Amino acid sequence: MTTKPTLAAVDDAAPLTHHQLRELYTLMAVVRHLDTSAVAWQRQGIIPGYAPELGQEAAQVGSGYAVDRSRDFVFPTYRELGVARAMELDMVGYMSTHKATWHGGMYNPMESRFAPIQAVVAGSVLHAVGWAHGQTLSCPDGETGVAMTYFGDGASSQGDVHEAMNFAAVMKAPVVFFIQNNGWAISVPTERQVAGGSVAARAAGYGIPAVQVDGNDVVAVYEATRSAFAHCRNGNGPVVIEAMTYRRGPHSTADDPGRYRTLEEERLDAGEDPLARFKQRLLSDGVADEAFFAEAQRQAEEEVETIRAGIQDLGPRPGAEMFGLVFQEPTPALQSQATAWREESEHV
Amino acid sequence: MSETITAMPSTNTGAPGIQQLSMQQALNLALDEVLAENPKSLIFGEDCGRLGGVFRITDGLQAKHGEDRVFDTPLAESGILGMSVGLAMAGFHPIPEVQFDGFAYPAINQIICQIARMNYRSRGTVPMPITLRVPSFGGIRAPEHHGESLEALFAHVPGLKVVSPSNPHDAYHLLKYAATRPDPVIFMEPKSRYWQKGAVDTTSDDGRPTGARVAREGRHLTLVAWGAMVSRCLQVAELAAEDGIDVEVLDLRWLKPIDAEALARSVGKTRRAVVVHEAPLTSGLGAEVAQLITQQCFDTLKAPVERVTGFDVPYPSGDLEDEYIPNIDRILFGIQRVLEYRRG
Ligand SMILES: Cc1ncc(C[n+]2csc(CCOP(=O)(O)OP(=O)(O)O)c2C)c(N)n1
Repeated sequence: MTTKPTLAAVDDAAPLTHHQLRELYTLMAVVRHLDTSAVAWQRQGIIPGYAPELGQEAAQVGSGYAVDRSRDFVFPTYRELGVARAMELDMVGYMSTHKATWHGGMYNPMESRFAPIQAVVAGSVLHAVGWAHGQTLSCPDGETGVAMTYFGDGASSQGDVHEAMNFAAVMKAPVVFFIQNNGWAISVPTERQVAGGSVAARAAGYGIPAVQVDGNDVVAVYEATRSAFAHCRNGNGPVVIEAMTYRRGPHSTADDPGRYRTLEEERLDAGEDPLARFKQRLLSDGVADEAFFAEAQRQAEEEVETIRAGIQDLGPRPGAEMFGLVFQEPTPALQSQATAWREESEHV
Repeated sequence: MSETITAMPSTNTGAPGIQQLSMQQALNLALDEVLAENPKSLIFGEDCGRLGGVFRITDGLQAKHGEDRVFDTPLAESGILGMSVGLAMAGFHPIPEVQFDGFAYPAINQIICQIARMNYRSRGTVPMPITLRVPSFGGIRAPEHHGESLEALFAHVPGLKVVSPSNPHDAYHLLKYAATRPDPVIFMEPKSRYWQKGAVDTTSDDGRPTGARVAREGRHLTLVAWGAMVSRCLQVAELAAEDGIDVEVLDLRWLKPIDAEALARSVGKTRRAVVVHEAPLTSGLGAEVAQLITQQCFDTLKAPVERVTGFDVPYPSGDLEDEYIPNIDRILFGIQRVLEYRRG
């Protein structure tokens, strides 16, 4: 008896064109620059906090690039800046959560197809399953939208991930469970976090096909995600992708990685920089030249400068929103609290 | 919250639209109609498909509406509620069930951190039209965790609404109403009342049962209750009447939002109040009700608001259940305390 599930759909999509390969690089360059700038902005007091994703650009851009915003839906955590950018979302809106202007970003998730930024680890993994089952119910015969849920190796310890994988497999829900295994859950390394060797290994227990992919190779990530989407779209149920990557630097701007690893360990364990590696590949394949990389960098800097200005322009949200957004149909108690608040604090 | 639906028919008058139903049948009928009227509504949970739920509230609904609309999930409460979030995001109107009140605890993260906050977090763009049905409260000598009173816990959470019917007629109308709202509603069904019959007028204009209900008019004192405690308070009122005490019984129905106006109206008239609930005393909803009454009726109150409640102990086993749940004697003592109160 064999227990290893396989990806049912053959992904016969054409290989990436040179144009697409260059686009992937441009995205990674912007994400790298935005991510490192955000850390600087935190130091400068422009934003109070941020969760960097240095080293995860390939995993994020490669997977986010496979999303079809006309029909798919992404359920992120707090570290998916690169996914958001690859999905071409408004990055000022995205950063407003880190600016502490609002919880969950400024999006209309229905429009952006990007659920609110999630602080409870694994909190939205089940939401993806529910949304995906909704696709099955809405379009039983056609090609469905696919939900992609992002979470870390640490989050995979949460019971909700088990419930989600089990539900999705039982219901054959079109969900891509995208694990970014960046080696660490704050200070705890994967080997102290994940029993059974890997998150992908667990998928077999649910009868879910799983792939482990080099998360520092943007093309490999893109192709794995694309074929997972094809598998889901054709009604074959969920897929687990575990992208093996490395979180360089701190967990968040409040973290001190020096307490749990040395810089030397970081340098050795992190492997090759995903951006430098992709650049080398494009150069040696003759897909791009130095002029292209210089231009990509210039564009990245220009875009990030616009985003910085946009963030600095974000004023505080009007306090009345505090009361106005709790319910669709507000309660009398809430309305009277809003009135009292207005009278007592808005004495202009 | 302004309207108050007053006394409903207690017997079958033979009028059209009036049926004698148990609360279980009334809830089942309401769900059947919700499924028929709203193609986006879905019922799911543990054993609610083929079995029709351990209390048979969803009996026959899967056979009638299909396995897509009414389905069994794996045995996982967080899964059920977390999936509800995604289904709501996909445009559905989930009506999930947790099998027993105590099993809402494993789902509390999804209920409090996710369902209750999504509307806020998404700036009103992702409503959570979820009606969570929770067979609630004690009185059936069930095992541990099968009889809990979670109303204060849920009512305390911003973003949730909480309702509990006390009779088949209200059960029908409140569930139909709750299941068409755009906000999350915790629907607490008093499981000890599931098999009690009563007249259900499906044609009455209770289409927006948004406030409290005067279950019995009285002049001397108001008993405030909800769920299974309403019928007990009505019994107490009968007994008190034999001693010439005219008790009004206010069935709160909505535990969030609480119908403050109905409290003011009733206690403004009777000038005395006792709150009766099954949940533990400390930080229970009785305190909230007492405060709302004090604030609105302070000048006319003749005595401090009294509370007759469960105790601050884990819900006891079946043999002690009758000691724990407010019984007729304890409620009568509560009434006596407010009637005999003398100022300093
Ligand atoms: C339920 C929950 N418990 C604890 C935390 C605090 N916390 C935030 S991130 C984190 C580690 C998460 O690690 P992982 O899932 O591997 O993701 P990564 O941060 O490495 O991207 C912890 C413990 C949290 N946010 N949510």
